[in-house]
Amino acid sequence: MSDDKTNTSELSRRGFMKVGAAALTAASMPMFFTKDAWAAKEFRNNPGNAGTVKFGFNVPQSGAYADEGADELRAYKLAVKHINGEGDGGMLNTMKPLSLKGNGILGKKLEYVTGDTQTKSDAARASAKRMIEKDGVVMITGGSSSGVAVAVQGLCQEMGVIFMAGLTHSNDTTGKDKRRYGFRHFFNAYMSGAALGPVLKQEMGTERKAYHLTADYTWGWTQEESIKNTTEALGWKTTAAVRTPVGAGDFSQYITPVLNSGADVLILNHYGKDMINSLTQAVQFGLRDKQVNGKNFEIVVPLFSRLMAQGAGENIKGILGTTNWNWALQDEGSKAFVKSFGQEYGFPPSMAAHTCYVQALLYANAVEQAGSFYPPEVIKTLEGFKFDGTGNGPTEYRAEDHQCFKDVLVVRGNQNPTSQFDLLNVEQIVPRSQVEYDAKIFGGELGPYEV
Amino acid sequence: MDAILLQILNGLDKGGAYALIALGLTLVFGTLGVVNFAHGALFMLGAFCAVTVQKILTLSLKVKDESITFFDAYKEQPYLELWFGDFGTKIIDWSVPISIVIAIPIMLLIGLAMERGLIRHFYKRPHADQILVTFGLAIVMQEIIKSFFGANPIPTPAPEIVAGSAPIGVLLGLGESVVYPWWRLIYLLFSGVVIFAVFAFLQFTTFGMVVRAGMHDRETVGLLGINVERRFTIVFGIAAVVAGLAGVMYVPILPPDYHMGMDFLVLSFVVVVVGGMGSLGGAVAAGFLLGILQSFASMNEIKDIIPGIDQIIIYLVAVVIILVRPRGLMGRKGVMED
Amino acid sequence: MSMPLLRNDWVVMALFTAVVLSAPIWLSPVGAGYPDLLQKFAIFGIFAIGFNILFGLTGYLSFGHAVFLGIGSYTAVWSFKLLTMNVIPAVVLATLLAGVFAVVIGFLSLRRSGIYFSILTLAFAQMSYNLAYSVLTPITNGETGLQLTMDDPRVFDSATTEGLPSTTLFGMDMSGYPGFYFCAVLLIIAFFISLRIFRSPFGLKLRAIKSNQTRMRYTGFNTKPYLLTAFVISGMYAGLAGSLMAITDPLAGAERMQWTASGEVVLMTILGGAGTLLGPLLGSSIIKYFENIFSALNDGQLHEIFAFLPDWLENIVVAIAGEFVGDGWHLTLGLLFMIVVIFLPGGVVEGIRRASAFVRNMFNKSATDESELSAEKE
Repeated sequence: MSDDKTNTSELSRRGFMKVGAAALTAASMPMFFTKDAWAAKEFRNNPGNAGTVKFGFNVPQSGAYADEGADELRAYKLAVKHINGEGDGGMLNTMKPLSLKGNGILGKKLEYVTGDTQTKSDAARASAKRMIEKDGVVMITGGSSSGVAVAVQGLCQEMGVIFMAGLTHSNDTTGKDKRRYGFRHFFNAYMSGAALGPVLKQEMGTERKAYHLTADYTWGWTQEESIKNTTEALGWKTTAAVRTPVGAGDFSQYITPVLNSGADVLILNHYGKDMINSLTQAVQFGLRDKQVNGKNFEIVVPLFSRLMAQGAGENIKGILGTTNWNWALQDEGSKAFVKSFGQEYGFPPSMAAHTCYVQALLYANAVEQAGSFYPPEVIKTLEGFKFDGTGNGPTEYRAEDHQCFKDVLVVRGNQNPTSQFDLLNVEQIVPRSQVEYDAKIFGGELGPYEV
Repeated sequence: MDAILLQILNGLDKGGAYALIALGLTLVFGTLGVVNFAHGALFMLGAFCAVTVQKILTLSLKVKDESITFFDAYKEQPYLELWFGDFGTKIIDWSVPISIVIAIPIMLLIGLAMERGLIRHFYKRPHADQILVTFGLAIVMQEIIKSFFGANPIPTPAPEIVAGSAPIGVLLGLGESVVYPWWRLIYLLFSGVVIFAVFAFLQFTTFGMVVRAGMHDRETVGLLGINVERRFTIVFGIAAVVAGLAGVMYVPILPPDYHMGMDFLVLSFVVVVVGGMGSLGGAVAAGFLLGILQSFASMNEIKDIIPGIDQIIIYLVAVVIILVRPRGLMGRKGVMED
Repeated sequence: MSMPLLRNDWVVMALFTAVVLSAPIWLSPVGAGYPDLLQKFAIFGIFAIGFNILFGLTGYLSFGHAVFLGIGSYTAVWSFKLLTMNVIPAVVLATLLAGVFAVVIGFLSLRRSGIYFSILTLAFAQMSYNLAYSVLTPITNGETGLQLTMDDPRVFDSATTEGLPSTTLFGMDMSGYPGFYFCAVLLIIAFFISLRIFRSPFGLKLRAIKSNQTRMRYTGFNTKPYLLTAFVISGMYAGLAGSLMAITDPLAGAERMQWTASGEVVLMTILGGAGTLLGPLLGSSIIKYFENIFSALNDGQLHEIFAFLPDWLENIVVAIAGEFVGDGWHLTLGLLFMIVVIFLPGGVVEGIRRASAFVRNMFNKSATDESELSAEKE
């Protein structure tokens, strides 16, 4: 029984009362001072003097994203090894600045628990709650969809446990639904649009008519909006933007109208299985061999991954899109990570694995740097944290919305793969400056440090 | 005009798929009276027959990519291509049609084993028990497939020659934009043939006659000294084959994954019940009706008037039909009504 | 219904209350003694008990009961957003609104019986789910789920200064153990009502409908009002359960209304034993236990569990067991369904009855002390 752990919300409130005055003063004081003032504070799942500390890896183990989840888990296990000073150290050798010493976190050995999100908000929150209430984790990370990320992030804010989001691409995660306790390393739909724009212009010109098929939920909508803004700024027209039910399986009834629409570009705002199905079917309808308005008909998939390319097979070849990271990158950080991962598991990591690995490292590093597990301290360390050597060039965790800003990859389905993993060609590494935006455009409020 | 024509064609195509998927279910559910929640899993197993055949045909000589050092990356060259050259490539290209031939005996065996080993003990049990046991079985089958093939969809394309679209518009003297994928046309034709074959089998053979009699009144037929049980086993086997074939044929349209059966389960139940319990014809009619209505409801012009109609049209039609016609389109009295 | 037994309802209730309220203690050795899972046990217990009033007594199998769960959750969250963080209005409004929807859906669906009824309920639920996920997003917040925000009006609450408020019962925080005890008290009340219904003339009439509706009709008995009452009661149970989900965790997602959620409560009820008093509660707890505990076991923990074995054996056992936990938990659940239904027709409760009968025979006692579990067996 763990009564001491469970009424933590009261505990933290009592703690808040106790140091209320101190906190108020501290808020207006420089960091070096507040650090000590907070060092002794009570907070949920404080590891205290224990010799170990636990992370919660909340990934999809069943459902459509189970393979992605399995890869995330592999990356997390690798991160745990490296943080504990086992294995070859991976990105610990390349990340700068680095506070981690390879002896766990603040000298405590890192352990972990796992859970299945089932890619459902309810299941993901139940799993996260179990990790917090029963297992006493100090941080939760993972996930393969924006709905889950937003749901778990909200819970973590209430519970006062930091959440390092896994794969989530919706603008809302660090926009409308951003939270003080939630952090996202992955890029978002806005950045996909901004990165794709110039490439689309160069490849397809400025006189295009686009037809969107969009998954009918929040992620789909934000991506549609972002891509539309980008393409319309190029001078493209949007013929239609059609919403399709999630998990429709057969998308043919939405593809037939494209044939007559006069559009010459089809943009598929679908992810995972939906994207694999809609792309496969669109190609069957001969869209890629079609000539419209004297131009070759083109299909664009703004977000895709190697796992999705694998599912789409031949159909993805030559298709443009964006991705967060690819194992073939040649910078030091990526090479170090691919090496550790490849030697451990025998195949290269996916982009989901990469973002999850980096997230685990970033949290651990922030704790080490802050010298405390106390969440407000850790959050303040992460906010505005600038680092390099993790595979996407110089990166910054923007303080205003907890979104990482880094280079974005524009990729193309590989026409002539040299191996079974060589599915994406990196067309262009779009520099960070090109995908940056004002944090205010998506609204939202981070909320308080103290909960 | 072209748009309407395309949408009709699309509706027929979807309807054919729905009818074929529901056909196997209505054999066991509408006629044997077994609520078979594993029907979707049989559909999925059929699809994975095609995947397995493809995997076997593309067994490859692996040439290591030496530029990659941290793990083994291979350039793969299927043995069939190495041994037989272009002819080997052709065989691989035709893996889906080949799997149809192979899926028939495999699905028949699975169906027979399922009926003998499990289902027959549940004919007299409450529907609740049937639901639980077949649902459990479906999960087990899914998980086994997942542990072999992973959760990611596996691309299983149709032969090159029918991978593209048929220029129907040009053939019929209409606009050039009226094209339709060859494979979907083949699927439509295929479902027609299978549906006709099953009908003919039940309608015009002695075997079928006995089965139909047994469905009406199992006891009397049994008293006549006819082994009804054995015939029911065979009906279940046929249902499994039909479900499996629907699955095999569907893989070029929908790259299969372990969960695809569950995705079609609810739909196939709705089609069968809207058609009416105990009626094969009803299930087929309902399949086409729902397919066409869904296709039209997805048109932008209609969605603009009623937002979200394409999301609910199938269920809305189901509600209206069941409320207007007590036993669906062509249901028989007293089948699964209590 | 064979034996004269522990028939006194008050004794049953006292036992039940004691067992439920002490759950945090006796469930912790199996790893289930933490607030969230305990809350889930109680909430899905209520859901399944309510479902059983319809399915267990009348035999009408609703395949869309999750729609009421969803409506309950959405109502509760809207109550938190618009009115107050106090949970009482949320519970009351959610239960009532679920009841209203149940009247409409029940009135239409009960025009048919058997599988036609099941598909009607399924269709209503699927329509609600699909719409909530997409075009009703302004009301439901779609995929992300309806959440509290800082700028909600909350007309009856004084403005809070910082952060999102939490749900309260007159100042008592409804997360953690207080939340569990709140759910537990409602579970006990729900169980009590179900017990009274089972043993009332009304319950008897429902059973009569199940055994032969045609005969009931021929005797000039109008079954419809009874069926509709049962449907609405069970819909309200689901609405209550939905509101409790929102109270212990103020977020409502559309997937709560999906057919898989409706199917889950069907499975829970059958697994435990449809038509028995305790069965649904057991069934729901078993499924939630698997979902939350088995799915979270990984190889490291298995090694700890089997550490007492010699190393070589430990590795083999962990390798085999690893297939059934973690990402293989669905497999275990599927096997469990099959094993239970093949060997224990009548669900887990039947297993308990058989075990207790076995023990009794061994000690050759009189039959009078048969547990109350079997009292409600058909």
